[in-house]
Amino acid sequence: MSEPVLEVKNLNAYYYGNGVLGKKLKKQVLYDINFEVQEGEVLGLVGESGCGKSTLAKTILGLHADYDGEIIHHTNRPQMVFQDPKGSLNPAKTVGWIVEEPLRAYGKYSPEERRKRVIDMLERVGLSAKYAERKPRELSGGQRQRVGIAVALIQRPKFIIADEPVSALDVTIQAQILELLLELRRDLDLSYLFISHDLNVIRQISDRVMVMNEGRIIEQDTTEEIFTSPKTEYAKTLIDASLL
Amino acid sequence: MKKLKNSHRAPNYNLIWGCVITSIMVLMIVVSFFWTPFNPDAMSYAEKDLAPGGAHLLGTDNFGRDIFSRVMEGAGTTLSIAFCAVAIGASFGTVIGGLTGYFGGAWDEFIMRINDAVTAFPSILLALVIVTITGSGRTNIIFILGILFIPSFARVVRGEFAKQRQMDYVKNAKLMGVKPGRIMFVHILPNIAPVLLSAVAIGFNNAVLAEASMSYLGVGVSQTEAVSLGRMLLDSQAYWMTSPWQALSAGCAISILILGFALISEGLGTRPMWRPTTKRRRKQHA
Ligand SMILES: Nc1ncnc2c1ncn2[C@@H]1O[C@H](COP(=O)(O)OP(=O)(O)OP(=O)(O)O)[C@@H](O)[C@H]1O
Ligand SMILES: [Mg+2]
Repeated sequence: MSEPVLEVKNLNAYYYGNGVLGKKLKKQVLYDINFEVQEGEVLGLVGESGCGKSTLAKTILGLHADYDGEIIHHTNRPQMVFQDPKGSLNPAKTVGWIVEEPLRAYGKYSPEERRKRVIDMLERVGLSAKYAERKPRELSGGQRQRVGIAVALIQRPKFIIADEPVSALDVTIQAQILELLLELRRDLDLSYLFISHDLNVIRQISDRVMVMNEGRIIEQDTTEEIFTSPKTEYAKTLIDASLL
Repeated sequence: MKKLKNSHRAPNYNLIWGCVITSIMVLMIVVSFFWTPFNPDAMSYAEKDLAPGGAHLLGTDNFGRDIFSRVMEGAGTTLSIAFCAVAIGASFGTVIGGLTGYFGGAWDEFIMRINDAVTAFPSILLALVIVTITGSGRTNIIFILGILFIPSFARVVRGEFAKQRQMDYVKNAKLMGVKPGRIMFVHILPNIAPVLLSAVAIGFNNAVLAEASMSYLGVGVSQTEAVSLGRMLLDSQAYWMTSPWQALSAGCAISILILGFALISEGLGTRPMWRPTTKRRRKQHA
């Protein structure tokens, strides 16, 4: 058995809303989540819209503070590829600036070195150097998602959470991006937690799959097992619906 | 392709005309630093109360001073006061609004209550109260107006920061390991620039009006300090019957300044700022 890159134990997460009379309303979104991501694997997470997938991703990466339970990272600087690259790339900056920013934050590279790494990384995700001068909104959806991947990868993570990275894209572009993610995993020894509500996408890319329903993980097994003999009714209905 | 783009995006006339009007006024003021048609303070009994026309474009006042030269210099005084007051209000307001909006929490609540208390009164009224304590004069009114402007800027900026911090690009910046200060002022601030600039334009208007009102009431720029548009209004009211062009010139100059800023603010408010210009587009196609 290989080493885990991430362990999540007994995780509960909450949102605080505004209730009546100025009282804070506590709403639980995730219930007792337990799982591990193994080195080199793609763990798929599937569930309906609103069941808490993004909340789980954000909590794991420290972007959501209202939780209890344990989150143990065994890698440095885990990263995220966001669902909507339109929103996750700063609209006021150029692509080159955005991809360079993580390197600036670490401050140990000279400007020329940073520049070179940015160009290398853009080429690595299938964009030529000329895109560095453009603003995110001057790119297509697929190109934007490539930039999103470049931003994550330039920080040399070993573990990446991809939160519906292809949901906003056309089917043909989806296939290209999935291909790129798999290729990068091979070349760079990455592990993914891959989130989607689309079972076909999950089936294509995952080694193992977790099924989430209303904030709970109700089933977790190899992709093969889940798709051939799902244990829960909920998973069965999901799979039947996806085969239509 | 280009035609098609332009056809459903009419030019932003508010912004264009606002910039034209403001540029003309600013140009006139800059020229006044080096040159005015006449010495604005030179009196001449022989040329007293001349009507507009001839050598004196806007006529002369009761001391025979050239009104056009005085308007040039007075607009400069008024605008420089407005500029300093807005600079103080906008910079402190941006920092306070940025911190409270970005971090939220108890401090946010506390500071916004103070804000509400201050903005509950019309700022010109507060300014008049304070000026009776501190005394009048150019420096005093700059600081009084500047400080009174802070809450309104803080409010606008706070709202924008609270909105922006929810966006994924801010979360992404956190994941990149960017420090909060840099997220606030390098990542978020450019995205709220249109709103901030629009607020600055409104701030200029309020400052010009406040200076004019205070000087008109005799608690602004003093006679010995400089000519200001508000001061000119005060000095000219006694001569409304004999030489109305004195008051009219100062009044029109104030109105034109305000019109320019109002149009800019309107233009910025109705349009997103970050969109490619035609020049940029052309470069990409080449
Ligand atoms: N900032 C927030 N404040 C309060 N409630 C929230 C917030 N964000 C999400 N929620 C709620 O938490 C629940 C889970 O949301 P989440 O975004 O994690 O779902 P998701 O599975 O990612 O959905 P989708 O597939 O649509 O992205 C939803 O019911 C949502 O309404
Ligand atoms: Mg989501």
